[in-house]
Amino acid sequence: MTENSGGFHTIVCLKVVPRPEEVVVDPQTKTLDRAKARSLVNPPDLNALEMALELKEICGGSVSILSMGPPFFEPYLRLAMSLGADRAYLLSDRTFGGADTLATTYTLAKGIQKIGKWDLALCGEESSDGATAQVPPGLAEWLDAAQVTYAFQMAPADQGRMRVRREVKGGWEELMVSLPAVVSVKGNVNEPRFIDFDRRRWALNDSPVTVWSAADIGAQADLIGFPGSPTTVAGVRQVGGRERRKQFLEGTPEEIARELARLLKTQAGSR
Amino acid sequence: MADSLYGAEQARGVWVWLEHDGQALAGVSLELLAKGRELADKAGEPLTGFILGHEAGSLAEEALSRGVDEILLGDNPLLKNYTTDLYCAAAAEAVLKHKPNLLLLGATPDGRDLAGRLAVRLRTGLTADCTNMEMKPEDPSLLLSEVTGFGGGIAAIIACLRHRPQMATVRPGVFLAALSAKKSGAELRRFSPSLEGVPRRVEIVKRSIGAEVDITKSKFLVIGGRGIRGDFGLLRELAGLVGAEIGASRVAVDEGWIGKEHMVGQTGFVTRPKVALICGVSGALQFTVGVASAETVVAINLDRSAPIFESADYCVAQDLFKVLPPLIKELRNSK
Repeated sequence: MTENSGGFHTIVCLKVVPRPEEVVVDPQTKTLDRAKARSLVNPPDLNALEMALELKEICGGSVSILSMGPPFFEPYLRLAMSLGADRAYLLSDRTFGGADTLATTYTLAKGIQKIGKWDLALCGEESSDGATAQVPPGLAEWLDAAQVTYAFQMAPADQGRMRVRREVKGGWEELMVSLPAVVSVKGNVNEPRFIDFDRRRWALNDSPVTVWSAADIGAQADLIGFPGSPTTVAGVRQVGGRERRKQFLEGTPEEIARELARLLKTQAGSR
Repeated sequence: MADSLYGAEQARGVWVWLEHDGQALAGVSLELLAKGRELADKAGEPLTGFILGHEAGSLAEEALSRGVDEILLGDNPLLKNYTTDLYCAAAAEAVLKHKPNLLLLGATPDGRDLAGRLAVRLRTGLTADCTNMEMKPEDPSLLLSEVTGFGGGIAAIIACLRHRPQMATVRPGVFLAALSAKKSGAELRRFSPSLEGVPRRVEIVKRSIGAEVDITKSKFLVIGGRGIRGDFGLLRELAGLVGAEIGASRVAVDEGWIGKEHMVGQTGFVTRPKVALICGVSGALQFTVGVASAETVVAINLDRSAPIFESADYCVAQDLFKVLPPLIKELRNSK
């Protein structure tokens, strides 16, 4: 279960994110203060993992987990292994800190190259803390691989290709994709499975989590973390919405309904 | 720090990637042209609309009347539909030849697919999903992009100091499209991207495009959140009576109650209806940025202390399942 013994190899990129409602910004340092926020696995990444595990049931082979982050991510990687993944790699180094998309995608690509042979790299469509969806395309570029974003269906096809359906503006398209490929998976496309209790003890105690530093993956110092990030936070600003009336309507539901009907007709009147 | 493929001293011009479906230019591209005109004037640089496609001449002509200084049209049969490898190669070729200062793209599925890859190929910075953009007053060639989604009512201003082009994506509906007239001297220039040798690792075998829901253009939105408990029935009935579109909070979409094309907020669409009727949404900042430009906001939520009431003009602290049925009845009777 632990060795990458050949066969179809899927790498699932998994990010641990703070619960969005618990993150605060420190206005002095302009950084996200995640300290008080509890964490969870980025939800669409679990859809990507589920897709990888379903493919493994069809094609055989194995599933690896790859993540970049601090050591506290490890239990979340073990959770992924109790669901069905075979091994995990955690890229963890202080010098990775402060990475924007360019540096993040470079680092993940170096991690994938270090892992070795791979056929498919799956990511969630976007992270719930960043929500920019720019990592999968950037990763594909560093790896010089095919890319598909917003996939919602995937099946093996002929000649080492995959048949993938992706969402586009106003509809979908079906693609034949040559491997290796980086694919981002839409959220909610499947129901992530429950923990496999037969795997749980192994996952929590014995499953292989390999931790790699910047030196381990041979990352160039000027391409990772802050130095590798062209974008910078130049300032922060309080977001002021427009002032609203905040007028409460009181009464029975019927009275309120009458007032609302009148309001809606006047306000939208010139429709 | 590693450099981008060309430097700030060589970079000039504001570029907008004009997305289209072969029939019409995407709404967000027109919005970006309007914003791009403003940024170009501040920077004292020309505005270029950049189109890739095949037999897209009439779209290029149409774009020419949108206040640009020039349209750059890359034509090749292989560019008929969007595919990553070919579009990225053609875009990179044009960018490296002309060295624009800014490159703006719509945050659509294809826009994000292209932007993320192109930024890495050009070794430059990309700010995704900007909610505002301006040129820095003291240094008008530098773009300051605002992104929200950090919680706590704070937006971050992102700058890309040395790497060029300065790339940014913007969601549909954030800016208004202006009906600008054709600028005198506006020019249509064509180029033929050299696509030989570009790997074609992805092949389109089927496309299915239906009628598109576009909540950013709706004058009246009825929006549901967690409190509707999975049932959009009442909301749809109400919407049908007043000609409204249905919107949804992230929770409602994440729960699978409705498609993402209906999502309002930071990770969905920024809307600007005349009226937004918001039912059962708690009102986190990530949501309220999506209705900040609504003329009138009406909110219904059982919890009188829900933050949504801070962002509403008219507040109803009642059970929406008790209020909506008589409201529907009122609207039906008065038709």
